[in-house]
Amino acid sequence: MVDYSMFDILGPVMIGPSSSHTAGAARIGKMAHKFAGDDIKSVDFYLHGSFAKTYRGHGTDKALLAGVLGFGESDDRLREAFEIAAQRGVAYSFQEKDLGDLMHPNSVKIVIRRTDDSEVVLIGSSIGGGNINIVHLNGIDLTISGEHPTIIVRHNTSKGIISGMTNILMACNLDVLYMSFHKKKNRDDEGVMVIEVSDVVSDEALRAIRTFPGIVDVYLI
Amino acid sequence: MTYRFTTGEELLEICGEKKMTIAQVMLAREVEMSKRSAEEIRGQMLDSLNVMKTAIQAGLHEGVKSVSGLIGGEAYKLSQYAATHEPLSGRDMFQAMTNAMSVMEVNASMGRIVASPTAGSCGIVPGALVSTGLRQGKTDEELVEALLTASAIGFLFSRNATVAGSEGGCQAETGTASAMASAAIVEMMGGSPAAALSAASFTIKNILGLVCDPIAGLVECPCAKRNALGTANAILSADMALAGLETAIPFDEVVDAMYRVGKVMSPTLRETAMGGLAATPTGIRIAERIFGPGHGRG
Ligand code: SF4
Repeated sequence: MVDYSMFDILGPVMIGPSSSHTAGAARIGKMAHKFAGDDIKSVDFYLHGSFAKTYRGHGTDKALLAGVLGFGESDDRLREAFEIAAQRGVAYSFQEKDLGDLMHPNSVKIVIRRTDDSEVVLIGSSIGGGNINIVHLNGIDLTISGEHPTIIVRHNTSKGIISGMTNILMACNLDVLYMSFHKKKNRDDEGVMVIEVSDVVSDEALRAIRTFPGIVDVYLI
Repeated sequence: MTYRFTTGEELLEICGEKKMTIAQVMLAREVEMSKRSAEEIRGQMLDSLNVMKTAIQAGLHEGVKSVSGLIGGEAYKLSQYAATHEPLSGRDMFQAMTNAMSVMEVNASMGRIVASPTAGSCGIVPGALVSTGLRQGKTDEELVEALLTASAIGFLFSRNATVAGSEGGCQAETGTASAMASAAIVEMMGGSPAAALSAASFTIKNILGLVCDPIAGLVECPCAKRNALGTANAILSADMALAGLETAIPFDEVVDAMYRVGKVMSPTLRETAMGGLAATPTGIRIAERIFGPGHGRG
């Protein structure tokens, strides 16, 4: 991410104590919430590197959980994440885990089980100043910074997806800043497209994408 | 795409060509990128300024305690001292560093702050820049303008190096904050864009190599006092630049040097609490007191 806004630098306005360990953690959690929604049964956090070593004193655990529950980094309820999870009947656990040498030191793997027993698996890194990168989603390595409005498209075929998407984006007058394609290893039939755009994405655009042949799911970040 | 600078050199070029301040270029860049109006952007920055001012006041009271109990009450002690003594570092400097520590205590007690650029360094911009501005009778508008300057400097560090203690050590975190505050003070006091970049360069050169070794891994000790140091560093560097001193090594190269020094720093000295002060017998004892036995080493 090189196109930082001034509010990424002087900001975020946040609940302390650590931008990388508290605010960044809340943002990663909140990103997971975007994919998992509200109907969740349980969530397991696997903390890597510096996250694993120092999470307790920074409230990283509370921040991650608060994010998964849908709260932002300047939300006072961040402090009461454990209590709110208990009230909502969401089970949670925190474990230390080495996610590999190449992983950013402030990283976490989040495994969410929804009430319908489906799973969301996501790995996010807090890269400093509260900025984050999602580097893995449901078996696929990718990069989502969440800096701009981002459309995440899951598809089950590669045929015609790229031209289909660009046509829709063009028709909806959306300016594409960045587009990337990611496939599950050795599989052609399962992929994710990450499309960063400069403008607010209309419901109409989302509907057009959702109904396109081969599209499994669409998320707006 | 006229205002999208990526280096200090490009920034100075745009400033020179368009006869603009760093603050103005940064604002134009933000307008260009976000498509929001200048007014809206200034408004949001004013909100941040107000969070800073509130945090300065909030930590000066008696009874502030961090979650771990490791820090709290220092800013109060400092203001008590200043009420009965003539601080050796001078009134303004003393007030600035007191304010910096106050904001850091608010942060450590899970209060609301503006990461600038990080939470671990959130005392320096309010401490150095806001305090100096208020002392100099600057208006909110002028302070918002100065925050724009600060954000431009922070952007260059984020883009071309790092501002995370876990990647570049404390030089990256509190160092960047000092550079931001220092350049902003210079511009606020009428200095040129080049002088502002000189001030930013001085701050980094002064603390190059500073390690990140927070006791018990918490952003409290030595962090609060390093924010006081960073505040003093920012004000001293601003004075030097306003006096006409110039940096021998250009800003961009200083940023790069900082980045490279951070890269070769042992991971034990990059926020892992496995080296430096955190790994002293007392540092380990404190960590075990907070987290329980066995949690002392990182
Ligand atoms: S020692 Fe580390 S945690 Fe503390 S202020 Fe410096 S960079 Fe931040």
